[in-house]
Amino acid sequence: MENIVNVKINGKEYAVPAGSTILEAARYAKIDIPTLCFLKDLNEIAACRICVVEVKGARSLVASCVYPVNEGMEIQTNTPKIRESRKTTLELLLSNHDKKCLSCIRSGSCELQALCYEYGVEDVDRFKGLMQDFPLEISGEHLVRDNNKCILCRRCEAACRAQHVEVIGANARGFDTHIGCAFEKTLAETACVGCGQCIVACPTGALRERDDVDAVFKEISNPDKYVVFHAAPSVRAGLGEEFGLPIGTNVEGRMAAAAKRLGFDQVFDTNFAADLTIMEEATEFLQRVKNGGKLPMITSCSPGWINYAEHFHPEFLDNLSSCKSPQQMAGSVIKTWFAEKNNLDPKNVVVVSAMPCTAKKGERLRDGQSAAGVPDTDYVLTTREFSRMIKRAGVDFVNLPDEDFDPALGVFSGAGVIFGATGGVMEAALRTAADVLEGKDLSQLDYHAVRGIDGVKEASYEIAGLTVNVAVVSGLANADALLNKINAGEADYHFIEVMCCPGGCVNGGGQPIKSAKVRNTVDIKTLRASALYNEDSGMKLRKSHQSPVMKMLYDEYFGEPGSHKAHEILHTHYSAKPKY
Amino acid sequence: MQKRISTLPFKGTPEQEARLLAAIEAHRADPGAVMPVLQEAQEIYGYLPEEVQQIVAEGLNISMQEVYGVATFYSMFTLTPKGENHISVCLGTACYVKGAGDIIDKISQRLGIAAEECTEDGRFSLTACRCIGACGLAPVLTVNDEVYGRLTVDDVDTILAKYQS
Repeated sequence: MENIVNVKINGKEYAVPAGSTILEAARYAKIDIPTLCFLKDLNEIAACRICVVEVKGARSLVASCVYPVNEGMEIQTNTPKIRESRKTTLELLLSNHDKKCLSCIRSGSCELQALCYEYGVEDVDRFKGLMQDFPLEISGEHLVRDNNKCILCRRCEAACRAQHVEVIGANARGFDTHIGCAFEKTLAETACVGCGQCIVACPTGALRERDDVDAVFKEISNPDKYVVFHAAPSVRAGLGEEFGLPIGTNVEGRMAAAAKRLGFDQVFDTNFAADLTIMEEATEFLQRVKNGGKLPMITSCSPGWINYAEHFHPEFLDNLSSCKSPQQMAGSVIKTWFAEKNNLDPKNVVVVSAMPCTAKKGERLRDGQSAAGVPDTDYVLTTREFSRMIKRAGVDFVNLPDEDFDPALGVFSGAGVIFGATGGVMEAALRTAADVLEGKDLSQLDYHAVRGIDGVKEASYEIAGLTVNVAVVSGLANADALLNKINAGEADYHFIEVMCCPGGCVNGGGQPIKSAKVRNTVDIKTLRASALYNEDSGMKLRKSHQSPVMKMLYDEYFGEPGSHKAHEILHTHYSAKPKY
Repeated sequence: MQKRISTLPFKGTPEQEARLLAAIEAHRADPGAVMPVLQEAQEIYGYLPEEVQQIVAEGLNISMQEVYGVATFYSMFTLTPKGENHISVCLGTACYVKGAGDIIDKISQRLGIAAEECTEDGRFSLTACRCIGACGLAPVLTVNDEVYGRLTVDDVDTILAKYQS
């Protein structure tokens, strides 16, 4: 029984695993100790002092998030002293906090607000004194930082470090301490990749996406504009959470129904463009293999990853697939093929995408993303913004009937659906590449080795006599490590899928924000990914190249995958950018 | 007080860079190497401009943000260069009540720089310091190693003139 220690929590005895922290041990006693700075495996700095408890024999209150249990420890989690300490800590945090909670985007999902309510903080001005007055950081396309709402928990800094980007952190000291970049540069001047993992880590309203909700409503009500909407696979795996549905609920049908009720002229699914990406990417891969092109080929769907490669690993830019991301392919097709077919001037077509991603907001403005001479995409809404639109429009989301996407570009394969989970793009590409190489409709559909939320997955497949070594990584730290291994000659692959966010797009920076309480105890990534894999496995159409929309687009417009026209409209380029 | 960041052009020499790289090499394996390396860097360059912090970040394989965070946390690190003539005005209690505040304001106005800054030509830098133990001479300032005491604002021009030639 070495691995078990016996502790007393609030007078009752519990056997808990050795090495547990008091916070973890308390869960066995069904005690939920509040935290603010703590995020499991990410930020364990014991800075906020909200999680304090009493330990018999200890000189003072201890931070339960990092304090390990030992044999015979006697812990109190709910004494007047503890409650008073936590309340005072909250009052002190409020003493230098912008308390315009009524209009704060996180009102209702703010962890500080929730704790103030729980601990009965009635006088929010108990400690009156000097207040910091920081300007808003609005340099980035993807986010707004309001340091006046920052409580210096440093969860954003930890999230940025975990991505190996590390452009934000705590500057100065004492009362002047603030989150910023080196030499107080703006975020846009740094190598920030726009992943938004800082936003979903923030407990308060200090970090949020740039909100385009009003702008999109305005476009919809403009009679001169033809507004086309499409939503990425991961949005349907997360959107329901904003309406109180359990994590992992697939709300595809309700999502389409809601978008139609918002007044968009067409409601499509980004999945058709994911299929299109596979057509082009699989073709590009096969050509590289046949013609001795640059290998390994690395996927290019994730704009955070593209930004990272440009800033931190420019030596791999030739390895990147030249395919635009599904978002941009969708916009390209809508403003070329669809506009031509429907006699629309692309200048009057507004493409709005709903994405689990904040980096997509910046991708929209990249060079080489204007197939029809106007930007392929006009507005990018995160899953959160899209939910705000639905709420503002008074749509009763939960009770909506399931509806289909509009038919022109609303049919897609299961391969397109799984794009949202790490390994999904690889699996989708393998389904198509294997069929093309073998020249027949293979029955192998599931590539299990590339599934699951592990940060790094490797596999080898025999396809038409070729051995194809593949790797799938998610999270930029894992990508960094893999690229360094390749540089050192320690790894050899033909095809690599990289997703910027840990777990892939289902865990993107634009997805619903979960409190630390949920993040520390629930495997959100797996639950959301399962919504996508379940949809795929229940579909008849599971290979991109068998989709009738693909057949139509290539027959009517592009000719064949990798054609000159396809390259002009569906492909792009990259350029090295400075690290500092 | 937040630290001022120098806007003057960086004038580091290859010799200085070689010394810094040697210091990085010597500390590379140490845990928490950033502190001693920054100390040595400041000895070499006199301050820690962006160019120097970038060499430290690259050399220790840590982020620029981490280096800057440390450099702005500890009061001994400075982000502005020292001039050929470094003026230190004591703002300790005795000097302050005897009008040191007016004196530093006058110098600041004459040189066109704020405290913790350096003139563009690199001739003068100005800092506000705490008690230097010469309260009997209050208000007091030092230029390099020279001490000037029992000052009034009218003495400022005479003192500056001595170093301007």
